[in-house]
Amino acid sequence: MPSSLIDADSVLAVDVGSCTTRAMLFDVVEGGYRFIAVGQAPTSAMAPVKDVGEGVVRAIENLQETTGRLFLDSNRSLIIPTKDGVGIDSFVATISAGPAIKTVIVGLLDEVSLQSVNRLACSTYANVVDNIGVNDPRKPEEQIDSILHLEPDLILIAGGTNDGAIKSVQKKIDIIGLACFLMSAENRPTVLFVGNQAVAKDVTESLSSLTSSLNISPNIRPSLDVEDIQPASYKLANTFMQIRRNKLGGVEKLASWANGNLLPTAYAQGRMIRFMSQTYKSKGILGVDVGASATTIASGFQGELALGVYPQFGLGENLSDLLRYTSLDDILRWLPLDIPANNVRDYLYQKSVYPDSIPVTIEDMAIEQAITRQVLRLAIETANKEIPANFQRPSSGGFPYFEPILVSGSAITNAATIGQGLLMILDGIQPVGTTTIVLDQNHLLPGMGAAAGINPILPVQIIESGAFMGLASLVAPISNVRLGTPILRGRLVTKEGTETKFEINQGTLDVLPLLGGQSGQLFLEPLHRSDVGFGPGHSGEVQVSGTQIGVVIDARGRPIQLSKENGRRFEMNKKWIWTLGG
Amino acid sequence: MLAPVIHILPMTTILRQRLLPSVGRVLVRLNQKVAPLDVVAETNLGKEHILVDIACLLGISPDKADQLIRCRVGERLTSKQLIAQLPGLISHSVSSPKDGRVVAVGGGQVLLKIGDPVFELRAGLPGTITRVIPERGVDITAHGTLIQGIWGNNRVDMGLMLPVPQLNSPRDVLEADKLDISLRGSILIAGHCSDPHALQVADELPLRGLILGSISPELLPIAENLHFPIMVTDGFGHHPMNAVAFKLLISNTKQEVALNSTSYDRYTGSRPEIFIPLPAAQPPQLAQDSVEFSNGQQVRIRRNPNMFEVGTLTNLRSGLSEFPSGLYLPAADVLLESGQKVVVPLVNLEILG
Repeated sequence: MPSSLIDADSVLAVDVGSCTTRAMLFDVVEGGYRFIAVGQAPTSAMAPVKDVGEGVVRAIENLQETTGRLFLDSNRSLIIPTKDGVGIDSFVATISAGPAIKTVIVGLLDEVSLQSVNRLACSTYANVVDNIGVNDPRKPEEQIDSILHLEPDLILIAGGTNDGAIKSVQKKIDIIGLACFLMSAENRPTVLFVGNQAVAKDVTESLSSLTSSLNISPNIRPSLDVEDIQPASYKLANTFMQIRRNKLGGVEKLASWANGNLLPTAYAQGRMIRFMSQTYKSKGILGVDVGASATTIASGFQGELALGVYPQFGLGENLSDLLRYTSLDDILRWLPLDIPANNVRDYLYQKSVYPDSIPVTIEDMAIEQAITRQVLRLAIETANKEIPANFQRPSSGGFPYFEPILVSGSAITNAATIGQGLLMILDGIQPVGTTTIVLDQNHLLPGMGAAAGINPILPVQIIESGAFMGLASLVAPISNVRLGTPILRGRLVTKEGTETKFEINQGTLDVLPLLGGQSGQLFLEPLHRSDVGFGPGHSGEVQVSGTQIGVVIDARGRPIQLSKENGRRFEMNKKWIWTLGG
Repeated sequence: MLAPVIHILPMTTILRQRLLPSVGRVLVRLNQKVAPLDVVAETNLGKEHILVDIACLLGISPDKADQLIRCRVGERLTSKQLIAQLPGLISHSVSSPKDGRVVAVGGGQVLLKIGDPVFELRAGLPGTITRVIPERGVDITAHGTLIQGIWGNNRVDMGLMLPVPQLNSPRDVLEADKLDISLRGSILIAGHCSDPHALQVADELPLRGLILGSISPELLPIAENLHFPIMVTDGFGHHPMNAVAFKLLISNTKQEVALNSTSYDRYTGSRPEIFIPLPAAQPPQLAQDSVEFSNGQQVRIRRNPNMFEVGTLTNLRSGLSEFPSGLYLPAADVLLESGQKVVVPLVNLEILG
């Protein structure tokens, strides 16, 4: 049996992604936790292996080669706890591999419980295929037939405030019960009930024998004006893992290695963002992961988390459906080269068949990065609707201020240059005000999140150890003046006393060098009532630390205004990449 | 590194499992020979129901309604057959709105299943039943030529395989004016299709099947609704069919082939495939699904440049190789059939075997 993490030294965290499985080693160095190394292997959840274990073992073997340490015995089983200098003290795992879970959501009112349960579904790798509420115009038997036809993996049921509606909820339970009754036993879905707790006992009696598994969680809508998703979100994470254990080979064994510390990747990432938001109290903190299985947007503010997991915006097998959510023109606008629209469309379909393939030519890389920008844009716009009102925003509305913005995902972290990676982030997220862009280039956050549940010291020390890459300090003024009009004047004074003065025009992107190890004070004087986060026309100063690229001033407008003329737009896209170092 | 494998084999043994979506009846026996269109198992997949709310219709409590309901679970009802009757001076009754079978009774309600559509599981290939999985399906084993693809429209058929008229190279395009009545009932080979009209004409003939190297993505909604199976061997856009598949297909023209255009699923491993049954004195080895990259393997390139070209892996490079996109990746040297030597990232290769 694995030992407790509380008194453990070394921690091995594995993340099973849709394409890549990573094994990350954390260990104590000079009295504090440090990230030591990462091993990688292709994920083996798919045919012909159909067992995540093979990819996990190969990633650990790769880690063994890198570190010279031994974690597996001759039978390729994990040695836990450490014995005679070999093995690992603790093991945690996260998983995002596998198709999105086909989910039917059930509630009462569209604007109340259905909205909340939809938000809950969006906190994991779910594909909502139907929703059933009291205003559903379909007859009960049509709702039953729809469930039978869709064969969902999961049914999420909400509805009724505590001490509120009982009969209406029971009617919905009857429909779900009948649908489950009509399914063959092996096809029955898992059900998670998150509604009126007064009905929970009835739900258990009615549904427990008719479902693959029945889980009850506290009401996500305890009263009309209160939404509390967090407890249900944890229960949903466990429910997701149950479904994965039943449907994906090797997950059961992974769970036994992890001794229960196995979480959905997005949930673990969200846990870290919430945790970090308790430290960075002045603004919200944003975590973005652009993965093959989904794009995940986690925004935390003073311990409150909004987590959006969007499989429809993943860079893998769902890409063939991307044009249902966006137009080809919206992807083409991000290209720095003249590439026919048909080539981009073909690329989406080809990549959906081979999600793990990698762009080799300059043209393919340009398409891949244009798609990444648009996918990120779509995910951010969707997530922005779900970010609570108490997040601080520019007075003109729009996307909230965040500090820092933590980004992961191979398309960005493995870009040919860090400048390309940063430009994808700036174009996709379009942050506002002053912030720091941080790269999680080894995808550490989910592993840290999984470990944090039982060892809160590890993530704190890893964050402090500088395991993430500070990519850029960013100033993004908001202004609606004409292109070319000066909107920001300022100076950067380094700790050594060097002073750089600057004036920025609307529509430009500029960089002030401030490399890693340096620090300075940035004095900002907005012009023409532009807003850099202190309010329209208000001056202010911020402390900045050196980063890989330096202080980036993105005055290209929000949303970024791109020329409609192809030649001019290609030129601008190329110029911006060049500005950020190529 | 484990390599993805796609089968393009002149002679092999394949084993395919065919399973019902839910419990049903297996209709074949062990060692029975089957043809692709033979139904090997079936199940009732009725997914249309009518809920008759007796309590509500009679204005009584569910408990009282339950006492009045005259039908039982499993019973077949005809349209207008009496389900419940409330006695009294003026009697009220509820009848079955349609023909159907009672699947649930309770809570003052009766649930009727309307119609009883049977889902028929077809063999999909000619072979021998080598395992019967009671109530669920069968394993079928067969020997012959196997060519797998990457996209299919979920149909099964068998027919004489012919090249599209004037087909000279794997680049040649399927055009409507090349299709005439002499091709009716055949399974056609062409390099590419981007003309929706050609697909409509093919459906009107009708063809028994179509094998394409590539297809334009905007044709997929049409292709999905055609009555005959379509399999795409290589990918999307305008590309020639890979040379190995093309040669193998052309060398087998005028043969009876089975085309199972099941959709590609990377998790289950199901792929569209063409199977050409051949006699085997000695059963050949089962097609291998999983191998490691090694020198001498025949490989197909799945990304630009040289997309869908076939070659031989001549050297697994040590360390990382740099590519024009600026990325550094584990790679291999590949000798293309044209004689050109190229360096390809391992993740962009798949084994033909």
